[in-house]
Amino acid sequence: MTVLHLRGVSRVHGDGENAVHALVNAELSIESGELVAIMGPSGSGKSTLLNLAGGLDAPTSGEVIVEGTPLSTLSKKKLAALRRRHVGYVFQDYNLVPSLTAAENAALPLELDGMGVGKARKAALAALEEVGLDAQIADRFPDEVSGGQAQRTAIARALIGERRLVLADEPTGALDSTTGEDVLKLLRKRCDQGAAGLLVTHDARHAGWADRVVFLRDGRIVDSSTPLEKPESLLEGAE
Amino acid sequence: MSVKHSLLALLERGPAYGYQLRAAFESATGSTWPLNIGQVYTTLSRLERDEMVEALPENESGQRPYRITEAGKRHLAGWFASPVRAADRPRDELTIKLALAVTTPGVDVADVIQRQRAATLRTLQEYTRLKADDSADLAWKLVLESMIFRAEAEIRWLDHTEAVVARAELPAPSPFGHYEPDPETSAPLEEKR
Ligand SMILES: Nc1ncnc2c1ncn2[C@@H]1O[C@H](COP(=O)(O)OP(=O)(O)OP(=O)(O)O)[C@@H](O)[C@H]1O
Ligand SMILES: [Mg+2]
Repeated sequence: MTVLHLRGVSRVHGDGENAVHALVNAELSIESGELVAIMGPSGSGKSTLLNLAGGLDAPTSGEVIVEGTPLSTLSKKKLAALRRRHVGYVFQDYNLVPSLTAAENAALPLELDGMGVGKARKAALAALEEVGLDAQIADRFPDEVSGGQAQRTAIARALIGERRLVLADEPTGALDSTTGEDVLKLLRKRCDQGAAGLLVTHDARHAGWADRVVFLRDGRIVDSSTPLEKPESLLEGAE
Repeated sequence: MSVKHSLLALLERGPAYGYQLRAAFESATGSTWPLNIGQVYTTLSRLERDEMVEALPENESGQRPYRITEAGKRHLAGWFASPVRAADRPRDELTIKLALAVTTPGVDVADVIQRQRAATLRTLQEYTRLKADDSADLAWKLVLESMIFRAEAEIRWLDHTEAVVARAELPAPSPFGHYEPDPETSAPLEEKR
């Protein structure tokens, strides 16, 4: 089932001589269970693509379709609800709310969606534990934790609840290589359980966890790989 | 890849015969470097000649196990103690290909780079899949990690090369000076200068 479909999506900032074509006529669709990596040099439009996919920005032309619904047809309120319930987002700069503790940050999507505080906290603690953060960290504020811990909190927030679409923009920037790997495994697991994932990364090692890789250059998709076959057939090849 | 040292290292675990050595080697390296049994036996007989291993009496099923000698152990320790020199590694075809690509007229360097990047990334994806299998043993995981780091380094180098080439605004490479000299005008080099 197609979870995300970008149909001829373009995003232009400004106009006339100063127009910046951040994304040009992007075609991309992601199935449930798939993890797709986006790679490309700085300024090539990776974050732009992700923001459009998550409904945080609107295309200048083309259509973003999430689980069959064109985002342009949704009211502001409905779009916000879709983002809260179905889309998990890890921003390039984590974007934690400074006045909330790590656990409160992670619980935020659930609480906004009407879940009781106690229940949401329980889910948040479990999500934090999944990214390797214990109860002690859970009650600290973003400025009281390390960069890597803040990043893991942001990941817990993105994965909490039942996200059908997980968007991650350089989610491993502040993490050492093994912690970064754990985060990728987590993302991989979510996708194996049926979510669709879109991962922006500079790091080929992390793109290695994806099923497909899309290459961006100056706002255009210049190349994209076909999905990797099932692991069994790989092992046969290695014998 | 040194078959000789690999066999010595495996024999350090205890005496073994050819087929066992080949199986142990392949399980340690995940059949990345297939070893044929002929190679194993020729190497063993050379090691025996050099007194680094000794053949034990045939067992009841007719196999002759080999055992590492003191000299073999010293040789093996020396191998582990010395770093692999760059010169011992094979010449890198990709480096040469790109060096030629930037100086060959009509070659789309960005395209060469992208094709390579996509291919290497795919290999990296495959290694990652294999690594994610938790049943893999430690030696095999180490081999996979090494290949993943290499693939990663190669892709970083490709990214870097692409950026450098894009910035360089390549001048057209000049043809070789001595190519098809005109007999009328060609003079000895000294005079030309
Ligand atoms: N609000 C904006 N106004 C004008 N230009 C913008 C705006 N946002 C992004 N851009 C431009 O759009 C292009 C794509 O930006 P984007 O953030 O998507 O790049 P990126 O691939 O994520 O880069 P990085 O790897 O550095 O994060 C860039 O040239 C950027 O300067
Ligand atoms: Mg970005």
